[in-house]
Parts: sequence; C-alpha cells; structure tokens
Amino acid sequence: MTTATPPKPALRRFVENLRDAPRRVRDSALRSGKANTDRTRSTFVFDNVFLHVHPVRTHRWSLRWSSTWGLGIASLAAFGVTLVTGVLLMFYYKPHPSAAYDSIKDIVYVVPTGRFIRNIHRWAANVMVVTVLLHMARVFFTASYRAPREFNWLTGMALLAVTLGLSFTGYLLPWDQLAYWAITIGANIAQSPREVTDALGVTPSFDPGGLQKFLLLGSDVVGEEALIRFYLLHVMILPMALAALLAVHFWRIRKDGGLARPADVDQRVIDDTEATYPVFTQAPRKTYQIAALVRGRTAAVGRAPENTLPSMPHLFYAELAAAMLTVAVCVGLALLSDAPLKELANPAVPENPAKAPWYFLGLQELVSYSAFMGGIGIPAIVMVGLSLIPYLDRETAGTGEWFGGPGGGRVVAQAALVGLGAALAVEIFAIRFGWLREWIPDVAQLWITLFNPGTVLAAIYAAYSVWLVRRYDSTRTGALGLFTCFLCGFVLLTVVGTHFRGPNWHFYWSPADWPAH
Amino acid sequence: MNDAPQSPPSRLDPEAIPRRDFLGRSALWSTAATLAFAAIGMARLPRAAVVSSPSRKFRVRIPETLPDGEPFLPSGRSVALFRDSQGVWAVSLVCTHLGCIVKAQQRGFECPCHGSRFTSSGVVEKGPAPAPLVWHKVTFEGDECIVDEDARVPAGTKVRA
Ligand code: HEM
Ligand code: FES
Repeated sequence: MTTATPPKPALRRFVENLRDAPRRVRDSALRSGKANTDRTRSTFVFDNVFLHVHPVRTHRWSLRWSSTWGLGIASLAAFGVTLVTGVLLMFYYKPHPSAAYDSIKDIVYVVPTGRFIRNIHRWAANVMVVTVLLHMARVFFTASYRAPREFNWLTGMALLAVTLGLSFTGYLLPWDQLAYWAITIGANIAQSPREVTDALGVTPSFDPGGLQKFLLLGSDVVGEEALIRFYLLHVMILPMALAALLAVHFWRIRKDGGLARPADVDQRVIDDTEATYPVFTQAPRKTYQIAALVRGRTAAVGRAPENTLPSMPHLFYAELAAAMLTVAVCVGLALLSDAPLKELANPAVPENPAKAPWYFLGLQELVSYSAFMGGIGIPAIVMVGLSLIPYLDRETAGTGEWFGGPGGGRVVAQAALVGLGAALAVEIFAIRFGWLREWIPDVAQLWITLFNPGTVLAAIYAAYSVWLVRRYDSTRTGALGLFTCFLCGFVLLTVVGTHFRGPNWHFYWSPADWPAH
Repeated sequence: MNDAPQSPPSRLDPEAIPRRDFLGRSALWSTAATLAFAAIGMARLPRAAVVSSPSRKFRVRIPETLPDGEPFLPSGRSVALFRDSQGVWAVSLVCTHLGCIVKAQQRGFECPCHGSRFTSSGVVEKGPAPAPLVWHKVTFEGDECIVDEDARVPAGTKVRA
C-alpha cells in the first residue's frame, strides 16, 4: 500500500491541530455554521438542545406582537432573573430567626452590590406575578385555551399557583415586621376552615384547617420551624416544581401545534413575503420539504407554505427582545426603588396596618369580612372555575382572536363596567353601613361566612354571567363576562386594600390622613 | 383476510398469551405499591410528633392599684389581666380572626389588622373575628398569679386568691 502524499510528521500535525483547535471547538459546538440559509436556519434550531423545543418555522400570525404581547416569554425571563439573583442572595442569607434579619441587613448595607441584587430579586418577583396574570388574561381573551390546548391551560393554572407560592414563601425570609405579620395572617388563613368546622362543632374530630397551618409552620406559631420550611419551599421545592411544569408547558405548546390561530388565518395574514425575510429564494433553491433539510435539487418555489417564517431569526429575535425588555424593567425598578425592610420581627406588636404583598391585598380585603370565604372559599371557587373553562367552553368561534366569541369586545366592556360597579357598590355599602355583626351582635358565624361582601359580589358576578350565557346562547360569552368581572373586582379590591386602608383596616382617603402612632 | 378465515395470527393482532401480561402487570403494580408506601412514609415526616414550643406559663404580680375593669398588660405576653370584686381573670390578646395582637382601648380591645372590636370580656362587637377572645387559666400562688397561655377556660371564670 502506497499513498500519493507521504503522511506529515506527527509533530507537524500536532501543531496544526493545536492552531486549528479554537475554530474546531467552535464548529463542533455550533455544528451547522452560520444560520443564513434555510437549511442552516433549521439546523440552528434542532441541533441545539435549548432551542429545539421551538419549531423550525413559525406561523406569521404567532409572530405578530398583538398575538401574545410576549407575555409568556416575559414571565420566563422574570423567573430567570429571580433564579440568578436568588442564588446570589443565598451566598449570605441564613434561614434562622436569630440570624435571618441580620443577614439581610448585611446584604443591604455591607455586601458589595448586595442591595442592588436584592432589589432586582424583589422587583423581578413582582414583575413575574404581573406578567403571569397578564399572560393568563391574554390566553383567556384570545380563547387560546380551547382544544387541543385544554391541558396546557391546566398546566398554566399550576404555574400560577406555584408562582404565587414562591412570592408568598419569599415574603417571610427577611424576618422583619412586614414578613412576620403577613405570614401570621397567611398561616391563620390556612387554618380558617375552622371558621366552618367550629360553627358545625366538629373541629375536635375533623380539623383540616389546623392540619394545614401545622404543616405550613411545623409548629403552632411562626418560628424557626416555619422559617426553615418557607426557605426550603422557596429555594428548592417550588422552583423545581416550576421548572418541571415549565418543561411540560413548553413541550405542550409545540405538541398542540404551536399557538392558537383563527381557523381562517391564512386568508387574514397579508402575504408580505417581500417585506420580511426572503423565503426559499436563495441558492440552492428548493421546496419546503421535511423541515427544509432535504438535500439535493427539487423544483423551486418562492414562497413557504402555511405562511411560516424561519424561527431563526424571526421568532428568536422577538423572544430575545421580550426577555431583554423584562430584564431592563426589573433593573430599572431596582435602581429607582429599594426593597422594603422594616424592624426586626416582634411577635408582641403587630405591624399596623399589617399588609400582605400587594397582589394578596384584594384577598385581604375580602378576608376582612370573612377569613374562610375570603382566604379559601372564594379563591378555591375561582381556581376551580378557571380550570374548568376549557372543558366547559367547547365552542370554536373566535379562537385566536382578541375578545373572540359571540358578543366579543362589547360584552367585555360591559362586563368591566358591571364588575367594577358591583365591587364598588358592595365596598361602599360595607364601609358605610358595616355588616351583619354590627347590625345583629349575636348573629351565628355561619351566616356571616355564607353571606358577606365577598360572597355577595361573587353571586352578582355569577348571576350576570348566567344571564349572558342565555342572552347570547354561548358559554364563551358567559365566560368572557365572568372572567372580566372577576378581573375587575380583583383590581378594585386590590386598589382599596393597598391605598384606602390604614391603621386598624379603617378606610382612609389617602395614607396622608393616617393618624400618627 | 376475507378468503382465509384461519390465517395464522399476525403480529398486529393483540397478543393472546397472558403470561407476559401477568409479569408486566405485577411489575407495574409492585412499583406502584412501593411508591405509594414511600409516599405515605414521606408524608408523615413534616408532621412532628412533639413540638418544641416553650411553655407559655408565666408568673406575674398584679399591682394593688389596678382599678376595677382596667386591663393590666404584663410586658412580653399576649394576655390582659383584670380584677374586680369577684376575682381575677386573663383574656388572650390573640385575635380570633387571623392571629394579630389586639390593642387595649379605653373600652375593650381593637385589632389593628382588620378592625375587629371586642368588649373587655372578649365578646366580638364588630368586624370579622368569628369567635370571642379566649380566656386563659389563672391560678394563685401566694399573692402572685400563674397564667397559662396554653390552657383555656370558659369565659367568665374568675378566680380568687
Ligand atoms: C410561570 C408562568 C408561565 C410561563 C413562564 C408561561 C410561558 C408561556 C409561553 C412562553 C407561552 C408561548 C406563548 C406566549 O408567550 O404567550 C405560553 C403559552 C400558553 N400558556 Fe403559559 N406560561 C405561564 C403561565 C401560564 C398560566 C398561568 C396559564 C393559564 C392558566 C397559561 C396558559 C397557557 C396556554 C393555554 C398557552 C398556549 C397559548 C396559545 O396557544 O396561544 N400559562 N406560556
Ligand atoms: S386579625 Fe384581628 S381582625 Fe383580622
């Protein structure tokens, strides 16, 4: 056997390989080179473990900003920010009542960039709650939960619960007055089924409320056991649960055929191929075959089927923009405003007023009428109702469209008025005239539990939405009305709880009117 | 298929041999049972059998000058002590609504958290509290009182030295 060219000496090959090593490392990592043809744009997506959950090509409809407003990606980005900053905070945070408050003070006053990182963490957590709620509203109002996406809506409900759980558990960790009393109230809300079991006289044998509180606190009071439990939930259990749920959520989006679109979507999107990225126009010209990856020459066409565009760059750059905007908002807020830190927790003197995080203040407003109904009954009804939506609304009109469905935007506007009006009326009435206990001092607690401003409001909303279902002969219209009502009621109660409640939960026009204490 | 009624079983037909099924199912069920037992075991862990909360019994001397029906508030405790001609009693300051510490007012108590108001014997006058304030057990040892914040007594129980 003789070869034409004699092999190079081993040392030469070694030096050449060494010189080539950086380029080869890059090539072997990226595998498919620059994403500038249809084929490399495809391989860019599915050769990459992090990107390949995306489709290679994305429908034009899904790429419009108004389809999603980027809210899902914004939620994910906010979660990412909390993860990174949270891990940094863990370098110094110590989960024990004797050390927790001091370690937060160290982070704020001693650790380089500590205050800034803590601010970003706190703000990103708030931003995440907002974007998740808005994302849910977007999915609802565009009727994107319908078959085959019902299960992903359920996954989303679980994500919402975990997101709120993360916020709530994080709230205790600074071990200041704000934290201690908010969690005391929260833990007693968990115990509030006793309001019902006590009234029925069965608490000694059947006490789900007591069990919930005990499991949450690991003791009867908010102490070291509670702190370590909340810490564990906050840094381990809930983030891992969220990550697992997110994996399912994203996988399902893909398997459910991408984002929901109107049935006649192809007639609606104007074909502006020329204006956007050219599709299938470069050499080698080829048809759209399996994922645009097939080698060899085939008859050429100038337009991609199904009104799709390559995900790289169209989808990815949009996602990147949404994520960067979210990060910018978190950082901007962190620069403008410091995360609160009150005095060290004092179990003998409650913060006055003791307020939960703002997104729970709507519930706190309801809780100030009945602990069980406001804290457990109504939230449970809302969660179950939300979860059932995709299984009850099996209509098809309006999928993928904003305010789609019979009645559409008009019903939503009307429902917003009804929702705000009813909440305002009930609040004004209760603030002005009080409630059952003030009128009939020894009224049985069960009456108050069943009949209080919260349940009255829920009943008004339910009646209105039943009326809508009959009027428009459509479950979707009823759901539109009910969702809008609850959203508006939630916003109004949150504003009242945040701005108009002062010491002793009395009504004040503005915090400036609070008595000095 | 139509002209060969006794065609040999195809691999597409459901398998007729139950042995495989049996083994598969036993494997599946034993796994399920193991996981279920493990889950039950783990679910017991978060509920400690003994809670190490410190005893909340304390000893206190009520000032001689305390007027009838005025609360005496031992510092660091969430209890109000009262004395009248029938004896001494202790009312818990933990709000029965959601556990805030109520504040003594001119007349009765008011809760800072959601505005529940109580009379000085703990009866709810206003607000969301579902039950009256708890009365705690008081015993005398010489001229000192021992108050047990873990023991409740029926409202109206007054004790004498
Ligand atoms: C941690 C929270 C969440 C994250 C990070 C997240 C992320 C995403 C992303 C990135 C998308 C792609 C479309 C878009 O950006 O809008 C999406 C779609 C979707 N999400 Fe979420 N989501 C979360 C919570 C929720 C919640 C609370 C719900 C509803 C209860 C929900 C239900 C859905 C549904 C049904 C879709 C498919 C929508 C369609 O086909 O148009 N998600 N989610
Ligand atoms: S905790 Fe006292 S009124 Fe709510």
